[in-house]
Amino acid sequence: MDGAAILERVRARFGPGVVDAHDHRGDHTAVVARDALLSVLAWCRDEPALAFDMLTDLTAVDYLTYPGREDGPRFEVVYQLYSVPHNHRLRVKVRVEEDDAVVPSAVALWPIANWFEREVWDMFGVRFEGHPDLRRLLMYEEFVGHPLRKDYPIDRRQPLIGPAA
Amino acid sequence: MAEATQREFVLGEGTGGGSQNMLVGLGPSHPAMHGIIRITAELDGETFVRADVEIGYLHRAFEKDCEAGCWNNAIPYTDRLNYVSPLINNFGYCAAVEKLLGIEVTERCKYIRTIMAEISRVCDHLTCVGATAMELGAFTAFLYMIKAREYLWELVEDVTGARLTISYGRVGGVKADLPDGFAGKARHAFKETREVLEEVHRLLTGNRIFVDRMVGIGALSRAETIAYAITGPMLRAVGVPYDVRRAQPYDVYDRLEWVVPTQTDGDNYARYLVRMAEMEQSMRIVEQALAMIPGGPINVDPAGQPIDPAAYVDRGKQGKTEGLLLLPITLSPNLEGQQRAELSRVNVGDKRVVLPPKANTYGSIEGLMNHFMLIMEGHGIRPPQGEAYVPVEGANGELGFYVVSDGSGRPYRVRCRPPCLPPMAALHRMIEGEMVADLVPTFGSVNMIGGELDR
Repeated sequence: MDGAAILERVRARFGPGVVDAHDHRGDHTAVVARDALLSVLAWCRDEPALAFDMLTDLTAVDYLTYPGREDGPRFEVVYQLYSVPHNHRLRVKVRVEEDDAVVPSAVALWPIANWFEREVWDMFGVRFEGHPDLRRLLMYEEFVGHPLRKDYPIDRRQPLIGPAA
Repeated sequence: MAEATQREFVLGEGTGGGSQNMLVGLGPSHPAMHGIIRITAELDGETFVRADVEIGYLHRAFEKDCEAGCWNNAIPYTDRLNYVSPLINNFGYCAAVEKLLGIEVTERCKYIRTIMAEISRVCDHLTCVGATAMELGAFTAFLYMIKAREYLWELVEDVTGARLTISYGRVGGVKADLPDGFAGKARHAFKETREVLEEVHRLLTGNRIFVDRMVGIGALSRAETIAYAITGPMLRAVGVPYDVRRAQPYDVYDRLEWVVPTQTDGDNYARYLVRMAEMEQSMRIVEQALAMIPGGPINVDPAGQPIDPAAYVDRGKQGKTEGLLLLPITLSPNLEGQQRAELSRVNVGDKRVVLPPKANTYGSIEGLMNHFMLIMEGHGIRPPQGEAYVPVEGANGELGFYVVSDGSGRPYRVRCRPPCLPPMAALHRMIEGEMVADLVPTFGSVNMIGGELDR
C-alpha cells in the first residue's frame, strides 16, 4: 500500500486522534495525540492490510530552539514503522510538553521498544509510562541531566565516577 | 552468605537440592568478547538463567556532536560508527542529507557508491566470520580471512586514501573518482578473496568442532526476530528475505543481478551460512557494476568538441567569460586543477551543496565565493526545514539515518538507527537456557560493533 493510502486509513480510523500529517520528501508521517498513541500503534501492527510488524526505530527530537516552534510542545517522540509482509513504511509522531514529558510505553507491542525507550529516556528525559525497567541505556546511572536536550551544553563536564580513591 | 543459603549449601536443606543460582559479571572487558559490554548473568551451574546486557561503554556523543558542526562535518564521525565498513555509513548519511535537499547524485556516483559499499560489506563479513571462527579455536580461518580483507582494504585505500577513517562520502557525491586501473585491481582482490572463501568453506562448513558449537545455538524464532526489529543477516537466517537493497532499492541495486541468500534455522550456523553466501553476492554486484559504470568523455565542451586549454585561457583574457566555467577542461596539474573533470563526473552540479574543484576556487572569483559560502561559519549546506529517514543496508542490517533540518547550516538532529542495537537488545533471549561457552559463538554471530551500538 502506498503511503498516502496508509495515512488515509489511519485518519479514517482515528479521526481527531490524528493531529497532523505530511509526506515531506515522500516519508509519510502521522502526528497523533498522546491519548490515541497506543491504540494507533496497536492497530497499525494488527490490521492485516497494514501489518506494521517491525518497530524499526524509536527516537525523539527536542524542538526547544527550532524556529517557529519555540512555544509549541517541546518534544516529539518518533516511531518508524516497517511492514515486512507489505514492504511499506510509516512514521508516527507524538508531541509532548516539557513539564509533562510522559508517553505510554510500547514495550507490550514490540519488545525492542524496551531498549529504544530506555535510550530516549536517557538522552531526552522523556518518561515512558508502563515501561518495566526504565533505566539509562548508554550513560551511567550517576550522570546528571539528559545530554541530547538542546539546553544541555555540549562541553559540560560531569564528575568522574569510580571506586573511591 | 545468608543463613538460608548456608543451610542449603552446608546442610542440603531447601528446594534446590543444595544449590542456588550464582550471579556473575561478564565484562565489560573480557578476552572472549570482541567488544566492550557487560553481562550480569544469573547462572545455574554453567547455564544462563537470566542475563542483563549493559551497553554504553563506547558512547562518544555521536548525535550530539553532529549537531555542533556543519552538515559536512558529521561525515568523519560516521566513519567511526561501524568502523569495519565505514563507507556504508558515509553513503547512508549523505543519502539522508541529499533526500532533505531533494537532490539526486550522478549516475557514475551511484555506481561508485554501490561498488564501494559492497566491498565494505565483504570486509565486514570477513571480519565477523573470521573472528567468530577464531573464538572457537579456528585461528587459521581468521588469518586467511584477514588476509583476504587486506586485499580489499588495499582497494579501499587506493580509492579513499585511508584504510579505516575514510571520510569518502560527500553530500552530493563522493570525494574523488575511482583511480586508474581500479577494475583490474578489484578483479585480482576478488580472485584472492574467492580462494580464501573456498578454503574457509572447506575448513569450517563441515568441521565437527565448528558445527557442534554453532548448530542450534543462539537461535531465535522468526516471530521474535521481527518483533525485536532485527534486520540483516540475522533476519535472513530465519527465512525472511528482507534486504533494504532489494525491498527499497537505492543507488543501482535494482539494475544488477543478485540474490538475497536466506536460511531457515535462525541459529548461529544459519547466520554463518548467510554471511558466507552474501560475500559472493557482493562480489557479483561489484563485478557487474564495474562492467556497467558509465564513464563518458571529460575534455569536451557541451557540443562535444575537444577544448584546447590555451584557447580557454585566451578567451578568459579577452573577457569572454560567459559560460567558461561550465566547460570541463584539463588544466595544469598544479592547484589540483587536473581533478576538476573527474569531480564533475561524480558530484552533482549543485553549487549549494558541492565544493567547487580547487582549480575554480583559486582560479575565479565565482569559484572562490562558492567555496566561501560552503565553508565559512554561518554559511554552508542549508537543507530546507523538514525531516527525512533513509535506510540503507549496512553489513549488520538496516542502517537508518533520521535527519531533521531547521533550515540553518547545522543539523538540528541526526539520529542513527544502529543495525546491531536490536540484536544486542535480544541477546539475552538468545543465550538464556544455554551454556556459558555458547555465549562466545552467539556473540560472534551478532557481530556487535561498539562504535555504532554506543555511538
